[in-house]
Amino acid sequence: MSAQITPPLPIPLLPVPLLSVKDIHKTYGGRIGCTDVSFDLYPGEVMGIVGESGSGKSTLLNCMAGHIPTDSGQVLFDTRDRGLIDTLTMSEPERRMLARTDWAFVHQHARDGLRMSVSAGGNVGERLMAVGARHYGDIRAQAVDWLGRVEIDEDRMDDRPSAFSGGMQQRLQIARNLVTGPRLVFMDEPTGGLDVSVQARLLDLLRGLVREMGLSAIIVTHDLAVVRLLADRLMVMKSGHVVETGLTDQVLDDPQHAYTQLLVSSVLQV
Amino acid sequence: MIHLENVSKSFTLHNQGAAVIPVMAGATFDVAPGECVALIGNSGAGKSTLMRMIYGNYLSQSGRIMVGDVDVATAEPREIIALRRATLGYVSQFLRVVPRVPTVEVVAEPLLSVGTPKEVAFERARDLLARLNIPETLWSLSPTTFSGGEQQRVNIARGFAHTYPAMLLDEPTASLDATNRETVLTLIEEAKARGAAIIGIFHDAPARARVADREIDVSDFTPAKVV
Repeated sequence: MSAQITPPLPIPLLPVPLLSVKDIHKTYGGRIGCTDVSFDLYPGEVMGIVGESGSGKSTLLNCMAGHIPTDSGQVLFDTRDRGLIDTLTMSEPERRMLARTDWAFVHQHARDGLRMSVSAGGNVGERLMAVGARHYGDIRAQAVDWLGRVEIDEDRMDDRPSAFSGGMQQRLQIARNLVTGPRLVFMDEPTGGLDVSVQARLLDLLRGLVREMGLSAIIVTHDLAVVRLLADRLMVMKSGHVVETGLTDQVLDDPQHAYTQLLVSSVLQV
Repeated sequence: MIHLENVSKSFTLHNQGAAVIPVMAGATFDVAPGECVALIGNSGAGKSTLMRMIYGNYLSQSGRIMVGDVDVATAEPREIIALRRATLGYVSQFLRVVPRVPTVEVVAEPLLSVGTPKEVAFERARDLLARLNIPETLWSLSPTTFSGGEQQRVNIARGFAHTYPAMLLDEPTASLDATNRETVLTLIEEAKARGAAIIGIFHDAPARARVADREIDVSDFTPAKVV
């Protein structure tokens, strides 16, 4: 009998958020990067952050992920051992451990998230080794499994990512990030710069993985079609401020704020 | 099952001089389990708007929209998502297809998302597709390239896959041939028989007469025009 995939169970409405962001404020000199950002993300939820270039969405994502220092605010994460902890005041080793285990970050440019001089299999295996895996056979088997899930043929496993197309690099980056079974994934324009057919494939893949693994994710994008497909809820940003939040289809079909109305009506109809 | 109380809605068009257009006021009615209520009224009276408000797709300005024990008008996104997954189904007029997903999976998805075992969900999906006369050769293809009528039938199959306790049907019989129309009406009657509370929009008067227990004229909730 073939292995069966257990269908995802309905996500119970848990009272404890996985991530609780409070009053994030970040300035670049005198300019506002993002300010007054607060929200809770619950297990299994996918939130999209949309807005035009310069609206502060990537700044916010990088603040939350600890990639750039935040001026003030808290990013509380429900850690496995100690419950809700502010990750901004965590010690550096603790945060690095979190970034390798429960967190994942998918960069817009795959080369920022991959090691270009290491084979595809090595890229996936490296993250496993970072959390303590040592058995070569197991690591290789898991790498094969994950490359398969992101539709990369096993015979490309020993090739370097530099020999891959843009879409394949992006899928490899996703495999590398998800192999350790993170609970929260940050994604920065995961489909940016890919042509539409590759985008559709990647989106379908992400959608399946998010559902199957019960992941929570925060996706930054300027592509409204991407969030309609992937996100449960939306946050709309303009000039560093959150101007509107809500259920994805509600924000897109019945936008309340002037800027969201402009954004939604600016999309070209295909 | 569904209870509306003093629900109102207006659209504010910020990009057209912040014009405020009131479209609904004082909408109040109930739908009991096993009952089908038809929304009637002229085009533009707000039938679809009201339906979208009940589904949480449009925001309500005031009032209460209780579906089971959730007030859609004030619920958090995750509460509405949970409600839509388990309790409240919506058959819109158009299928929004995800690229690359095979038809049988599109139809089985609502069942899978409430934890139905895969075999059971696919069996139900195949049964519905067969009843709605979608040729078996198409089941493994994505519905993206199907004809309009086929897409609509896939949409209906998907909408009826899970046995939602509350359902919203936006013109479920529009542009169907006699055989398929009959199947859809039977599906609605089956849903009523198992106790689903249904709100429908039917331009097809004989269909409405057959499945609806009551009619609600939405123009009663249209606010007086402010000139």
